Amino acid sequence: MTEDRAPSLLLNDEQKMLSKTAYELIRERAPAARIRTFRDSKDEVGFSRDLWSDMAELGWLGLQIPEEYDGLGLGFFDLAVVLEQSGRELMPEPFVSTLLLGTQALLLGGSDAQKRALLPGVAAGETVLALGYEEAGSRGDATNVATLAKKTAEGFELSGEKLQVLDGHLADRIIVSAATSQEGLTLFLVDPAQSGIAITRQTRIDGLNAAIVRLDAISVTNEAVVGEIDAGGALLQSILDRASVGLAAQMLGASEQAFADTIEYIKEREQFGVPIGSFQALQHRAVSVYTEITLTRSVVLAAARAIDEAPNEIPRLAALAKSIASETFMLAAKEAIQMHGGIGVTDDHDVGFYMKRAQATYMTFGKPSQHRQRWAELHGY
Amino acid sequence: MTDSEAFRAEARAWVRENAPKSLWRTSGSGPFEGYWGGSKCEETDPDVLRWRDLGVEKGWTAPAWPREYGGGGLNCEQEQIIHAEMKAIGVPRPVAGQGLAMFGPVLLEHGNDAQRAQHLPGIARGEVRWCQGYSEPNAGSDLANLQLKAERDGDEFVLNGQKIWTSHADLSDWIYCLARTDPNAPKKQMGISVILVDLNTPGITIRRIDLISGYSPFCETFFDDVRVPVGNLVGIENEGWTIAKAILGHERSSIGRSIARQPGSAQREIVSRARKHLAVPEGAIPDPLLRDELASLGMREEAFHLTLARIQQSAESGTPGPEGSITKIVGTELKQKRFELGMQVAGIQGLGWEGPGFEEDDLQYTRDWLRSRASTIEGGSSEIQKNIVSKLVLGLPEGKK
Repeated sequence: MTEDRAPSLLLNDEQKMLSKTAYELIRERAPAARIRTFRDSKDEVGFSRDLWSDMAELGWLGLQIPEEYDGLGLGFFDLAVVLEQSGRELMPEPFVSTLLLGTQALLLGGSDAQKRALLPGVAAGETVLALGYEEAGSRGDATNVATLAKKTAEGFELSGEKLQVLDGHLADRIIVSAATSQEGLTLFLVDPAQSGIAITRQTRIDGLNAAIVRLDAISVTNEAVVGEIDAGGALLQSILDRASVGLAAQMLGASEQAFADTIEYIKEREQFGVPIGSFQALQHRAVSVYTEITLTRSVVLAAARAIDEAPNEIPRLAALAKSIASETFMLAAKEAIQMHGGIGVTDDHDVGFYMKRAQATYMTFGKPSQHRQRWAELHGY
Repeated sequence: MTDSEAFRAEARAWVRENAPKSLWRTSGSGPFEGYWGGSKCEETDPDVLRWRDLGVEKGWTAPAWPREYGGGGLNCEQEQIIHAEMKAIGVPRPVAGQGLAMFGPVLLEHGNDAQRAQHLPGIARGEVRWCQGYSEPNAGSDLANLQLKAERDGDEFVLNGQKIWTSHADLSDWIYCLARTDPNAPKKQMGISVILVDLNTPGITIRRIDLISGYSPFCETFFDDVRVPVGNLVGIENEGWTIAKAILGHERSSIGRSIARQPGSAQREIVSRARKHLAVPEGAIPDPLLRDELASLGMREEAFHLTLARIQQSAESGTPGPEGSITKIVGTELKQKRFELGMQVAGIQGLGWEGPGFEEDDLQYTRDWLRSRASTIEGGSSEIQKNIVSKLVLGLPEGKK
């Protein structure tokens, strides 16, 4: 890419309107403080189903889903616009599990029957999807899979355990990875209500909902296969690339909000008789955070655009967006806490939730150093 | 076809028909690359001179200046199109330098008719070379502290004092200076004026400055009872600071963009140096820490270019954002990081200053690395840029510096 041939990194008028509407609704109805409420009340759902339905009404959940499956048939770029705003308030609604992991899996590898059965429900806000790919032995590599799929007369028999499956506690369908041969992985769509599946809810630092999904010799038919048998490794990578870009958009939004709250705070908080924001020691660090956010916005928009328009660029730009957004969000969160001072480390204040989410997103879909390694490989060194 | 598409086709055809083939792919086509001209210019390359003459004849050395001053009488969009077409094939602009990029626009906006008629045509033809007299030994980041004295004596100003970092003063014909015309003004930003000085005037001494990298275009320029006509005052006496700030803003935004090379070129440069110095002709570079640093650099380079593209796109759509203010900081830090990594992979082969045992390109690289230390200082240090962003973009209250 050169500067003159760069993809458009601007929002069109409809997308600007979408961004503004999403910003206003989310700031009003979904403040980050909800993370504390859901946590303290040990809410069984862990997010607001009503809010999720309302967002479906507005068309946000089906932005990228083709019209034949009751979506709006727009692009990933449009979805990224909403994801950015959802990140601002650290929304625990199932964006990552359902719109990123589950929907991308179906769009990339799903059969027409699978898409027809599930995507309309996703767009309507009724169906929650999950993807189980992390295991105790994954250690950051999604192709380290101990879950086994044994060929049977009717299809396959799956056994294994997936950890931290986002929204696995209530997902209507869960896609799991399993080894079908020495090297080959396959993705399977399973119904958690099926006997032999045990779901154990997990509690994480960041307010996202997750579960252990244990598969004890469950039987599935060939129709449960997502994509091709033994080709699940490449499919999973493509899903995670797209999910990484979507997550990067959320991280961008979260960084912007943590930063905006911090700037507001240092303009008002007085010590030594003046606002602490008048101190150059803080000003220069604030500019550094602003700088990183500006760069992050560019890479996130470029990666989202590539998903719609330049598929060959997706691996490279997904690595770029995930890596840079992770580092930026971490910086923004750390500086937010430091500049808030003592109040910033109390549970009463929301800024700590940004720190917790920053760590969670940093480690999700590969940490930055893994993406840099991939970037180096893609550039031939 | 819209008007601008039609003009682009015309500009493309003219540039490609007229730019000498030997100059293709030799330049990033920035405002400061190429033939600077002036009476002391010793350029002999016939293609460079022919390209200059063709540009002058067409009025495209200064496309957006009025025709009466040697320009092309075009609008700014058309000027950008012409420059983009030159950039597309990597030819330098027919004439480059301070006069066209910085001083001319100032004179167009703030000068009077007589000054424009006197100075602009010579700049547009590449006959008169200009340099800038801003910084002084005690006025660097705190530029408003400048002390070059300009005292009124009849129809003349008498200048006494010193300028520093006057790039290429030794090769220039004229200098535009910031001088203190009212030492008793209540604020240091008041009482400053823009004054034009012919460098042939008696009382001027120019001394070149070597940098840590060796030869540099920088000079010190001393003024000892230098007498210039009062007609050389640009704009309103004692209100030159406004003009100065406008020029500095322009300089800041152009530096970030001007150091931007081809996207990916910094990464390619370091990879190729690593392959040479570490004897890894192909495949993965075995040092995982170096690979990680390299990927960090490559990613940052890409992020920087995408950001420049995004700024350009939003400016074209008519709503420039505040992002431009950080490009100087990011671009110069990226440049330094690139040279640091390039020096790291060279090991002791990067320690040569001159002479046997070192390769020519390594010697040059080491000089360039040393020179890159200045990039976060010149044109407003990174710290000054951060002060500006803090105040104008983030709206943080001003405090003690």
